[in-house]
Amino acid sequence: MSDKPLAPAIEGWHTMEVKPHLIGTQCKECGSYFFPKNTAYCRNPACDSTEFSEVELSRTGHIWSYTNACYKPPEPFVATDPFKPYAIAAVQLEKEQMVVLGQVIEGVECEQLKVGMPVELVLEALHETDDDIKMTWKWKPVTR
Amino acid sequence: MSNEIAILGVGMHPWGKWGHNFVQYGVAAAREALQDANVPWQDVKFVSGGATVRCGYPGYVAGATFAQALGWQGAEVNTSYAACASGSQALAAARNKILAGGCDVALVVGADTTPKGFLAPAGGYRPEDPDWVRFYLGITNPTYFALYARRRMDLYGDTLDDFAAVKVKNSRIGSKNPRARYRKCFTAEDVAASAMVADPLRLMDICATSDGGAALIVSSVEYAQRIGKGDAPRVAAISTTTPTFASSVVEMPDIATDSAAAAGVEAHAFRSTLPLKAYEEAGIGPEDVDLAEVYDLSTALELDWIEDLRLAPRGEAAALLRAGDTAIGGKIPVNVSGGLACFGEAVPAQALAQICELTWQLRGEAGDRQVAGARVGITANQGLFGHGSSVIVKR
Repeated sequence: MSDKPLAPAIEGWHTMEVKPHLIGTQCKECGSYFFPKNTAYCRNPACDSTEFSEVELSRTGHIWSYTNACYKPPEPFVATDPFKPYAIAAVQLEKEQMVVLGQVIEGVECEQLKVGMPVELVLEALHETDDDIKMTWKWKPVTR
Repeated sequence: MSNEIAILGVGMHPWGKWGHNFVQYGVAAAREALQDANVPWQDVKFVSGGATVRCGYPGYVAGATFAQALGWQGAEVNTSYAACASGSQALAAARNKILAGGCDVALVVGADTTPKGFLAPAGGYRPEDPDWVRFYLGITNPTYFALYARRRMDLYGDTLDDFAAVKVKNSRIGSKNPRARYRKCFTAEDVAASAMVADPLRLMDICATSDGGAALIVSSVEYAQRIGKGDAPRVAAISTTTPTFASSVVEMPDIATDSAAAAGVEAHAFRSTLPLKAYEEAGIGPEDVDLAEVYDLSTALELDWIEDLRLAPRGEAAALLRAGDTAIGGKIPVNVSGGLACFGEAVPAQALAQICELTWQLRGEAGDRQVAGARVGITANQGLFGHGSSVIVKR
């Protein structure tokens, strides 16, 4: 990896700290969380609010399920050459009562994962451009 | 029953990679259905087409395209897009037209030519489009199927052998279907030797994309009786329901589920609520079903659907499979057409192809694939963002 500056792959979807958080919104009326951010209309059928607060989502959760990608996805995915398979996890966040997908950090394979396993959010490179390294959120098993 | 319509005729163009324009497949299917119904084309007053969208080009104006190809004769048209559930929505539109007294006979038709390679979103930097986001992050269609499959393994103890057994079962019966694309009897060893795509799913656990076409001629029950087809199979129910908030299973193309954090909000699993409306509308229960055609995008997903349709208690579909009860001759045969495993997806056609199979089965015309004494069949399909369709056909 080069010494280029780090930049979020998608602007404004997560903080850039060492212990990062996904940035979502919460309905001011009913308390429903949304990720990606929803700022226009509450999707709870019992709520017609248009007021939202930007919130940092829990950065830990439990694996709902997991898999991997053995083949290179099509664009806009930017693949390394040769393509390196990666694991993917769907993670249940307790407080928000929602499931969020993401890649699992490099070096962790499916054999090391299990439904119910605790994981935390970290940042890792998604791909590199001429100007910077695009960072995204990934799930990392919590080591005790 | 006032909500029923009759299926007078069905037709299909064989599935494959033929490389022709999709209109050709739809016309072939429609003509076969017209012939099967013994209804002249000029008597069809409503053409309802299942649509699809390719590369942002909404040019598959299926209803009008097929009406023109079959020869303009003044029929009204409709076009329905609901991804893989398009055909059921097109059927629902035809049923509404018939039940409202707007026509006696309708053609419902869907056909597709699938482009080569991955179905990829339009380019650029478009984080507001969930389909763009998930591909950018490296999450493809098989990712979702694999997440569901792995959950079955960790929660219910399903095994790779179970998933392979679904493929073996479907390929064995599909080999007897002249309209299927893949007609080889695959073995568990063949499945195990195929490449891993998205752990735990291998290439042969996941369905391909195909060219194909399917069509139905449907009418009011009164019209059917008038032409001496009062005993034709009937569409007894069509469910095209959306999920209930909070939808708790992550669905293509989303990267997150709804949140169930608000007071009074519960988490709902969408697929299992979809058939409820169908059963209620038909006035029957899962115990009355003789066979099912379900949306087996993956082998493991067939097992999910069996439970979602309440043909087995949650977590017990694999036991049903192992006992041979989802094969022909078993208690509840599933995908006796061979399913998507043998056909591959032809998006606007597949929900209609399922109804073609149920119609042949209920008429006792399925030959080597015949489920003895079949009277009631159910289908299941899924669209995007977790909406879908379930249709009940009975005789």
